[in-house]
Amino acid sequence: MPLTTSTSPHAKGHASVTAVMLQVLLALIPGVAAYVWFFGWGVVINITIAATAAVAAESAMLIIRKRPVRQYLGDCSALVTAVLLGMALPPLSPWWLTVIGVIFAIVVAKQLYGGLGFNPFNPAMVGYVVLLVSFPVEMTSWLPISTFSSYDMSFLETAAFIFGGQLPPGITYDALTEATPLDTLKNNLGQGNTVAEIRAQLGLDDVTSLLLSVIPIFGTIGGKGWEWVNAGFLLGGLWLIYRKIIGWQIPVAMLGAMALISGAFALYDPGHHASPLFHLFSGSVMLGAFFIATDPVTAAASPTGRLVYGAGIGIFVYVIRVWGGYPDSIAFSVLLMNMVVPIIDNHFKPRVFGHGRK
Amino acid sequence: MIGAIRRQLWTFHGGVHPVQHKHVSTQSPIRRPRLPQRIVLPLHQHIGEPAEVVVKVGDHVLKGQMIAHATGYVSAPVHASTSGKVVDIGEAPIPHPSGLSASCIVIEPDGEDRWIEHSPVENYREIAPSALRNIIREAGIVGLGGAGFPSYIKLNPGHHKMVKTLVLNGVECEPFITCDDMLMRERADMIRGGIEIIRHALQAEECLIAIEDNKTAAFESMRKAVAGMDKVEVVQVPTLYPQGSEKQLVRVLTGKEVPRDGLCLNVGVVCVNVGTAAAVHRAIHLGEPLISRIVTITGGAVGQPCNLEVLIGTPMNELLSQCDGDISRIERMIMGGPMMGFALHRSDLPVIKTTNCVLAATVTDLPPARPVMPCIRCGACADACPVNLLPQQLYWHSKTKDLDKVQEYDLFDCIECGACSYVCPSNIPLVQYFRYAKGDIWTREREKEKSELARKRHESRQKRLEREKAEREAKRQQKKSALDATGMAEKGQEEAAAALQRAETRRDAALREAEKRRGEGWQEGTKDDASRTRESERDSN
Repeated sequence: MPLTTSTSPHAKGHASVTAVMLQVLLALIPGVAAYVWFFGWGVVINITIAATAAVAAESAMLIIRKRPVRQYLGDCSALVTAVLLGMALPPLSPWWLTVIGVIFAIVVAKQLYGGLGFNPFNPAMVGYVVLLVSFPVEMTSWLPISTFSSYDMSFLETAAFIFGGQLPPGITYDALTEATPLDTLKNNLGQGNTVAEIRAQLGLDDVTSLLLSVIPIFGTIGGKGWEWVNAGFLLGGLWLIYRKIIGWQIPVAMLGAMALISGAFALYDPGHHASPLFHLFSGSVMLGAFFIATDPVTAAASPTGRLVYGAGIGIFVYVIRVWGGYPDSIAFSVLLMNMVVPIIDNHFKPRVFGHGRK
Repeated sequence: MIGAIRRQLWTFHGGVHPVQHKHVSTQSPIRRPRLPQRIVLPLHQHIGEPAEVVVKVGDHVLKGQMIAHATGYVSAPVHASTSGKVVDIGEAPIPHPSGLSASCIVIEPDGEDRWIEHSPVENYREIAPSALRNIIREAGIVGLGGAGFPSYIKLNPGHHKMVKTLVLNGVECEPFITCDDMLMRERADMIRGGIEIIRHALQAEECLIAIEDNKTAAFESMRKAVAGMDKVEVVQVPTLYPQGSEKQLVRVLTGKEVPRDGLCLNVGVVCVNVGTAAAVHRAIHLGEPLISRIVTITGGAVGQPCNLEVLIGTPMNELLSQCDGDISRIERMIMGGPMMGFALHRSDLPVIKTTNCVLAATVTDLPPARPVMPCIRCGACADACPVNLLPQQLYWHSKTKDLDKVQEYDLFDCIECGACSYVCPSNIPLVQYFRYAKGDIWTREREKEKSELARKRHESRQKRLEREKAEREAKRQQKKSALDATGMAEKGQEEAAAALQRAETRRDAALREAEKRRGEGWQEGTKDDASRTRESERDSN
């Protein structure tokens, strides 16, 4: 009886795409927890809506494209896209905003390009940017961190607003929302104030701030509240590096480039430039560095290429933050660098064993 | 004291840690299986030209008698592994990835296992290295690590090249295989004997015996065996697949990188498998040609995994049954290890010189391949590649059949170790794609060579015809004008007949020449030889 044959290697490790994606989701937990702590239930509701929409959109597209639904849905990549996008949205976004973003991300940015592995642009970021340019008001109405919000919304109240636009009696939308620290800093600097002046007004300790009903933007090292969210993502990200799910190159290059460029400007003109730590621990820098820029499909491939790619994102983030039209710019920076990935891949190949050193 | 100071080691890029499964076959000492009913000896068990039969059906042969001699430089003879009658010479199934049959000599053992007269070398130090090499060649010794490159060639560095380091490869990095491990544990003295001879043949300055740190018993045994030898060191290297690959091992031990398309010799190193060294010892000190080797019989379908000292030519299924093997439970039967070995299409194939392991794997040992997912460009393959290639780019270009691009990404530096496929989360059979692309390129190159040759031949023919035509024309003109001038018609006729005669002779000669050239032009397979030489690099894997 002939035996089954196959070609070498016959042994196979245990790695799988599903395991990779699930570990990414697991690593998001500390950051998400901090996020929920400071910005309330809206975060959880957003993520849930996004995940549901993503699974539905992915399934529908797989059926249309005649692909095995279970196998491809089981890779959990749609879930990762959904969670990343869900978190990037303001915590009180109306449900349709989230759904539109997710559908665009999954259907257009991912499946129309050929599904997992074939999309040149990070789907979550494409979804985010589409929303940002289409619904600028909704996308920039953020919440103050919970300690300083005028009203503490319960889970049901949050859900009622997200799904039905119903605010608790006597509360106005404007009273609830607040610009992010990065936004506030940008506006204040734009008005000619120096960093020191802004810090004097908006860097007070909690008790004084509450007494003066000022919403502080400076925390211990980064943006108030945001520094903890960033720390959570940093923790999860380091775990991913430890688990070898992501390489160190992109986060290190991106954060390093940001630290260098912001440090240089802060040294040169401290009056008009925030410190490197403030930049690193505000907005969605850590989320971007460890979870978004590291999306392998859309990032550069070789180790050196990844350093270049990461550094490029870091520089773009700083440039857009300081001189561009948006307070934060992870999405734009990542998409811009996605565009040059083929060029990077072509130019940065590792030296092959036995080939002369250049 | 040997090994008292920890030697500096280098690293190579990548590598993986597959599950070892080694301890299962090291529980019992090496033993000899029963004499088989039939011995099947393929004429081509090595890299190079197949051996040529020197016996006839019906001949009675003795154990150790040469029954097929080497042809050409890269070749090795075959010896009868027991005494008996030659019952058949012809095609028989052999262990080869193709699953094809090839020429074999079949011997029916007479049960006496009677040796030829041994003629050991009294004192190898008094013999010239070239004579030693000849004895090693005549003993049919090839690299026993897996590739089967004739050993005497390796021991011939050439006049202008100095060998600084002789590396004894006892790394054995593939899972499941333990034949070198057991050999080092039990027969370290034989390896020592081999080292002395090989070092003498190469005039190598120092000798390093590399053993992975998962083989502590072998390490201790080898240390004891070589104690007191000058400039011989047993080096423990961290366990990492594919460290047994020559170039990677040389890098770890010496920090030197063998250039692409180069040999270890280019950096002053010669790498020999420990099993080969023991075989050299036997050939020189005992006068025994290579007629047996140690084979690991292992895998889930084997009740008592162990190492056997097997006569070359013994059918594998007989070995399995003597180790309590259950052929019905075999999912895949592999010669070699699960990373670089090849799957056998039947279980009754003979053990050949390069059979280091017979892995009778069950579904649990080697589960069937999981569904292939799209590449997510995670780069795990690039991180694992011991040659520092970018397998995902190679995969992409192999898939789209961009044969120029795959070469730009150095496809031919791939050693097919399988580390990339092993780590791929998308279960992409990367190595298969690379083999396929290599095959395609070879085919293309051959076609190109052929058409190039045809084009050249056609062009030169055209040129020649034109030239001849012009010459004829010129002569004709010359004659005509001469005739016109003298008006001697009769003489002109005579000359014309003579010219015709000359032209005919010339044409015949040209035709013969063309015929000859056509015969030379169609020699093929140069590329295949190059690839085979490359395979020899994996010799001591």
